[in-house]
Parts: sequence; C-alpha cells; structure tokens
Amino acid sequence: MSTEVVVDKELNLQGEVCPYTFVKSKLALEIMQPGQVLRVIVDNDESAANVPRSMQNEGHNVLGVTKLNTKDWQIVVQKF
Amino acid sequence: MAGGTSAKLAHLRAPISELNFSEEEIRRYSRHIVLPEVGGIGQKQINRASVLVVGAGGLGSPVAFYLAAAGVGTIGIVDDDVVDTSNLQRQILHTTADVGRKKVESAREALLALNPNLTIVPHDVRLNAGNILDILKNYDVVAEGSDNFPTKFLVNDACVMTDTPLSMAGIFRFSGQILTVVPREGPCYRCLIPQPPPPGAIPSCQEAGVLGAMAGAVGVIQATEVLKLILGKGEVLRGRLLLFEALQMRFEPIEVKRNPECPVCSETPSITELIDYEIACEMQPPVTTQASQ
Repeated sequence: MSTEVVVDKELNLQGEVCPYTFVKSKLALEIMQPGQVLRVIVDNDESAANVPRSMQNEGHNVLGVTKLNTKDWQIVVQKF
Repeated sequence: MAGGTSAKLAHLRAPISELNFSEEEIRRYSRHIVLPEVGGIGQKQINRASVLVVGAGGLGSPVAFYLAAAGVGTIGIVDDDVVDTSNLQRQILHTTADVGRKKVESAREALLALNPNLTIVPHDVRLNAGNILDILKNYDVVAEGSDNFPTKFLVNDACVMTDTPLSMAGIFRFSGQILTVVPREGPCYRCLIPQPPPPGAIPSCQEAGVLGAMAGAVGVIQATEVLKLILGKGEVLRGRLLLFEALQMRFEPIEVKRNPECPVCSETPSITELIDYEIACEMQPPVTTQASQ
C-alpha cells in the first residue's frame, strides 16, 4: 500500500469480534464521503479476513491489509 | 419508491450525519445494518418512525411484534378490548396469564419485554370519527388489523384525508388478503369496496373460524410492508391486492386501480367527513368480501 494514502478516519476495533468488526466498519463508512479512506484496526485473524471481503462485496476499494504486530491488523478501505 | 412522496414520511428522509448507536443497539440491529437496503441510516429511519397499529388481536400481534423487533421508535396500539381465552389461539401478544387484562396493557408489556428501547403508546379506545384524527396526527404509518368493517372504513378514510400510508389486511378461515394504501398514488380501500356491506351479510370468524397461523402469516406481511414504507425501499402492495390461500399455499397478486369515482380518494369525493358506521355484533371482516381478525 502506498504511504501517500491519506486516512480520513481511523477506527480502533481491538477487542471486537466478527460480525461486529464488519458492522462497525460499515457504519463508519456509511457517513463518510465517496473517495474518503477509513483505516480499521482489528486484533483477530477472522476479522482481518472477513472485513476486507465484506467491504469488497459492498463495492468499496480495499487499499491494503497489513499485519501490524503479533495480533493486530490494519485494514485500509476507500469508500466507493 | 415505496411510499412515494407521502409528506408524512418526509421527515424520515432528513439527512443523518451521525450514526451514534449504543453498543446494545449495534448488536440488536446488526442483521439490519448489514443489509445494503437498510444500513445504519435505514435503521435510524426505523428508529425515528412512529406507527399506529389498529387492533391488538390476530393481525395486530405479529405486526406489533415485528415492528418492535425492528426498532420502530414509537408504536401506538389501539384496542378497547380485554384478553379472552378464545383470543390465545392466534393473538400472540397475549398470554394465558393476561386473560381478563386490557389488551393494550398486555401488548405494551410484551413489546417492551422484546425491545425496551421503544415508546409504546396504548390507546384504550374504539376509534371513531371524533377521536381518530387526533390520534392519527402523531403517526407516520398505520397498520390496520381491526375486527370490523366500520373501523376499516374509518381508518381508510382518515388515512386518505391525512395522506397517511396504510397497510390493510384481513383473514378468514384459510384465506388472507393484504393491500397497501398510499393515498392518491394508488387505490384506497373504498376503491375496492365503496360502502360497507350490510350488517350480517358477511360471516364473522367467530362463526366461520380462522386458522390461527393465518394471523401470523398475513400480519408479518403487513409488518414487512410498513418497514418498506419507512425505508422507502422495494415495491409495496400499492395497486396490488395480495391474496393468500393457505390450503393450496398459493399467493396471487391482483392488480387493482384507483377508482376515478371513489367516494373518498377521487378528485371530487362525495365523502368529505368521517363516518361512524354502526358496528353489528363483533363482525370481523376481511379486506374485500370476507374478513376476520
């Protein structure tokens, strides 16, 4: 993922589980403008897999999924 | 768009800039929020809405339950009756322990047990020309499930006169009928039946019977229609009378048109005042020719 991406909103969902990582990510994106970028932090592999897939199914552009440390993931999504 | 341009629903379309649900609400409504047609904005519209359920009986029970489950913020319940043992075969808002209680009280308790976030407004009255407009002004949509023709005609007329979208239904034996009235955009009840049938012309479900599950099957369709009106999604049964024959398990939509000479919703209505028709016995009419609750 390019380091030039500007993140408009960050959502820390550490401690949250599926499907609520997706639900909360969806809620955050819903009130953002098309083209804006959301960064979501999750701390479980299931969410790291499911959230990007669900976001793509919704039509959004997943810019990157990056493991930050032993448990945390960063998911960067651009609103369609 | 479902609901068309009803002014009553306009406030639900006001822009929403914050989706500040509590953790409990996110969990409670998560299955709505993930639906593309609903999302957080749609859920907020549902939470903002107010719906009047006429009749806390067979049809009113599933309608009220599913609207409460969905999170409709304000639900009014109209019924002046008390719970009777014979109700429990289909009126699932009430329990055996409620026999003898006012239906609106029993209903309020059941709905708040399901969803305590709501406002449930009991209207312990029989609707009449003198009280209906005052009650109706507080609601965006009406779900009609009364047990008599006079109330059905009164509710229809009042909804047309106030531009209030309305779900009407009736059940009888193994049959059900559902129609959604969007005033001036589709037919109203009187476009189908201009005047109530004479008292005694139609057997009541007390005499003819009704399969209890019919109330659930048809009432849930009404709840679905109401939610679609609130969300402005999909196509409601505007201009379509849905016939359900449970023994054959057949659904058939019948196209119905606005009657250009309808006594209440035409350009030159002959009925401009609300009418209190006489209630004979405890008639329980359907949408068109046979009815029950």
